[in-house]
Amino acid sequence: MTHTFADLGFPGRLIAVEGLDGSGKSTQIYLLKRWLEMRGLKVFFSEWNSSALVKSATSKGKKQNLLTPTTFSLIHATDFADRYERQLLPLLKAGYLVLCDRYIYTAFARDVVRGCPPAWVRGVYSFAARPDITFFFRSHLEVSLNRILDNRPTLKHHEAGMDLGLSTDPYESFRIFQGRIFEQYLAMSTEFDFVVMDANRRIEEQQGLVRKFVEDRIGLETYAVVK
Amino acid sequence: MKRTTKRNTRRGSANDDPSVLVPKVTPKRFFGLGLPGVDLEKLSGKLVVVEGADGSGRSTQIVRLVQWLEASGHHTLQVGLKRSSLVSEELETAQQGNILSRTTLSLFYATDFADQLENNILPALRAGSIVIADRYIYTLMVRDLVRGMDEDWLRNLYGIALVPDAVFYLEVRPEILVQRVFAKQQALDYWESGMDLGLSRDMFDSFLQYQSRMRDTFRRLQRRYGFDIIDAERSMDEVNAELRQRIENVLAGDLSRQPTAG
Repeated sequence: MTHTFADLGFPGRLIAVEGLDGSGKSTQIYLLKRWLEMRGLKVFFSEWNSSALVKSATSKGKKQNLLTPTTFSLIHATDFADRYERQLLPLLKAGYLVLCDRYIYTAFARDVVRGCPPAWVRGVYSFAARPDITFFFRSHLEVSLNRILDNRPTLKHHEAGMDLGLSTDPYESFRIFQGRIFEQYLAMSTEFDFVVMDANRRIEEQQGLVRKFVEDRIGLETYAVVK
Repeated sequence: MKRTTKRNTRRGSANDDPSVLVPKVTPKRFFGLGLPGVDLEKLSGKLVVVEGADGSGRSTQIVRLVQWLEASGHHTLQVGLKRSSLVSEELETAQQGNILSRTTLSLFYATDFADQLENNILPALRAGSIVIADRYIYTLMVRDLVRGMDEDWLRNLYGIALVPDAVFYLEVRPEILVQRVFAKQQALDYWESGMDLGLSRDMFDSFLQYQSRMRDTFRRLQRRYGFDIIDAERSMDEVNAELRQRIENVLAGDLSRQPTAG
């Protein structure tokens, strides 16, 4: 689908953030959410890969390394569809501002890096409308990587892209994998009209720009909570 | 000494002849964009699909075909819907509760299918086995089409699937089907009656309406994908003899009735 929720006549609006792990996008959407809530607006926040039913299958698959690029893609699409149809669509029909930490572009980037044909992945997700605003937090790759890797976290198999066989070292694999995802994001920037944010600036500077952009683009006063 | 097709048919599985026919390798292809990293030229086995509603005799025919194929010296693998190790339990739970919306359920089934395709069907075909699929993407597509899903979306989704070497749709009229179901069990199944569509509150009516929509849609897909419609209102033996004959032709490399990518 190439239409936004506004194009489709939904009263609600969907704002998505995309970017690498460690780009600071979650912080930014959290601060945006707080601001909108404080203004007394109808806000809902949704995370990628969080529906209970599909979670059990995903974690089983990940644990046992049963997933191939195609099943990895499909199981996340199933999860997204569940959230989309049961949660996002009804809220958007009810006139909510829906904030999504990652949207279909995360799948486009990851699945294509794993080898799925871009046209196939886009087709699978074509039931979903485009966000009204997509912020892409463009960070220096090294900065994002270090933010994650400096804490020496336990990287999950798929998170590190270990299934791609890029390196036997999870940290090295993660670096290469994230680099490729970054390239996909850059390639999608124009295609999907991302609002590119310089994620190397101060948190407050970025948040100021995010709030300003949202204010200008969406007539926020219409989203007040009905008392 | 090679067995001729004719002789093999006449003698069936009760064949004392020790010679075994080596199936002719024929080219494979995907319906659409396919799966990453699959070398189609390495798939030396055959994929045979049996489609049909519950009560069409599908399971009985498959059991008999497997026996016959094994007796004829072919390694055989059976696969079916909702049998993947990845999501079959979750799918069952979701169906019981009837809590998933259309696109989600559809993608859930596609995940189950893809898992079996990659982890069971393709490895068996690489090893040169005959894979007998108890339903395939056609049933999945027909179910979704009857429920109003977009055909282009489904075609893209199942573009990952391999075009089978033979597809048999066991066709039985809904009014005969309902009798067969009752002869076997006491009640109609919620999903096989299409109760989720809200066609009728009356389960019997709903079953007939739903099954006739399924049949119409199968016929429409048949014109697109060119599979074989088998009159399954005949006796089990007659149907089985026809299936064997056709499978023998496929094993011999006859491509004249080969299904298409649509």
